[in-house]
Amino acid sequence: MSKIADGLLYSESHEWVKVDGNVAIIGVSDFAQSEMGDITYVEMPDVDDEVEAGSDFGALESVKTSSELIAPVSGKVVARNDELEDKPELINEDAYAAWIIKVEMSDESELDALLNAAAYAEIAK
Amino acid sequence: MKYYDKLIFELSKPGRIGFSLPETKTQLPKGNIWRETPTGLPEVSEVDVVRHYTNLSQMNFGVDTGFYPLGSCTMKYNPKINEEIANMPAFTGLHPLQPESTTRGALEIYVGMDKALAAITGMKHFTFLPCAGAHGELTGLMLMREYHMSRGDAARTKVIVPDSAHGTNPASAAVCGLEIVVVKSRENGLVDVEALKPLLGPDIAGIMMTNPNTLGLFERDIKEIAKLVHDCGGLLYYDGANMNPLLGMVRPGDMGFDIMHLNLHKTFSTPHGGGGPGAGPVGVSDKVLPFLHIPRVSGFHGNFGIILRAYAYILMLGREHVKMAGKLATLGANYIKESLKDCYKLPIPTVCKHEFVFDGLLEDNGVTTLDVAKRLLDYGFHAPTIYFPLLFHQAIMIEPTETESLETLDAFIAVMRKIAEEAKADPEMLHGAPHCTPIGRPDETTAARQPILKYD
Repeated sequence: MSKIADGLLYSESHEWVKVDGNVAIIGVSDFAQSEMGDITYVEMPDVDDEVEAGSDFGALESVKTSSELIAPVSGKVVARNDELEDKPELINEDAYAAWIIKVEMSDESELDALLNAAAYAEIAK
Repeated sequence: MKYYDKLIFELSKPGRIGFSLPETKTQLPKGNIWRETPTGLPEVSEVDVVRHYTNLSQMNFGVDTGFYPLGSCTMKYNPKINEEIANMPAFTGLHPLQPESTTRGALEIYVGMDKALAAITGMKHFTFLPCAGAHGELTGLMLMREYHMSRGDAARTKVIVPDSAHGTNPASAAVCGLEIVVVKSRENGLVDVEALKPLLGPDIAGIMMTNPNTLGLFERDIKEIAKLVHDCGGLLYYDGANMNPLLGMVRPGDMGFDIMHLNLHKTFSTPHGGGGPGAGPVGVSDKVLPFLHIPRVSGFHGNFGIILRAYAYILMLGREHVKMAGKLATLGANYIKESLKDCYKLPIPTVCKHEFVFDGLLEDNGVTTLDVAKRLLDYGFHAPTIYFPLLFHQAIMIEPTETESLETLDAFIAVMRKIAEEAKADPEMLHGAPHCTPIGRPDETTAARQPILKYD
């Protein structure tokens, strides 16, 4: 059974969002990492790139498969977790500590379309 | 199997040679054409060379050594007559730049192959330039684009791909600069026609489909799908990776496909794996025929030796026996599926074509698909394709092909049943499999994270 952290928002494509003012901190859920298996590479956008809700902003590669990362919100990338370049396994170790990018949201109402922990638990089975 | 992992350079001893050349009677060329540093070639005797490569070959597993039920790959036996024909000096001595008047025989092979493939697929003509299946996909999508551009229809930038598709389909579309739209499958594993309808419009270049699909299921609604896609102005691309069961029975051209590729190294028994050489000829319907010459995706005329082998195979089988290949491949797959469904989870229980997918063991003992695949190696079988298609979490994709006897299929079934028993009795033993191979479970994660790409 995978962990679902309370207080975060989730997308149906298994990204989590932590809201910090108008900045969305984005990662992937514990369910996503357990389905992927050992993650070997994280492809991330650069700082200042624009991401668009529903479109891919990068990808995860694992021994088993590769999967696109879908942006849960739109906006400008203000930070990326460069530590993941050398240590992609951080996502396997703690998916909720290993954030991937931080996005300055252009439309905070997009958050309304995301799921809370309880609703996400229904999907991540 | 004896473990052997030496490099030929490790056998090298200074001064040791495996040949002797006569003293030259003429003067050697003068000038600065001579290299100044040593060649860095291994210095070995003939017997060193023979033993080295023979030992390496024995570390390998291929269709010549055992059953290879690798789903989606059609690892059928490669008849030796193909090799015999391809090794005839009249063919091996050909050079692509020699005068055309001296290559009429080779041209005849192309013409004959074009006719044979057109008859088998219902396409008009083929190009033989593409050197692999995915290379064919790229060629096909370039043709799709040429077709739309010729009509001034530049807005068609999206390609629809089912969620069960081979990964190469969206990859080829992306390389061709097209956007990918995924259409979902229904519970029964087939493309959801209702989900397809709203995706169709003036921005759709076409749809890429594999039929039977990657679950080994025939897309029954193909006629309706073809009509819908054509009505919206798009084209249909047929991924020929799964053509084997349809050989001589059903033709993509009759289903409504406009462009397709064939994997000669799958369906037409040419060598497969180890990186090629492959061949992915692309066929087109009348509609696309005017553009067939445009994509120049390889030099000369593709991999002639492979096309020749495939042509030998087709002529050897002839019209009647081409039909038998597809039927027997389908029969073999269904036989294994029905014989094992009481110990392996069968998510879609309908009749399959040449391959089918289990979703792990029926009883959950913590034994994974990977464990089963590794254990199969202990019993001398190549593992099936695992963790593909992505629709199921513990996918095991089995394709026996038509070249296996009933005895081989029964032996495989017996081993699969035995592994299911072992999973109940001793799951730990399976987590540690394989136990009898020279290498057990390589650390794929570290290999991917910290690859060592150079030999020191």
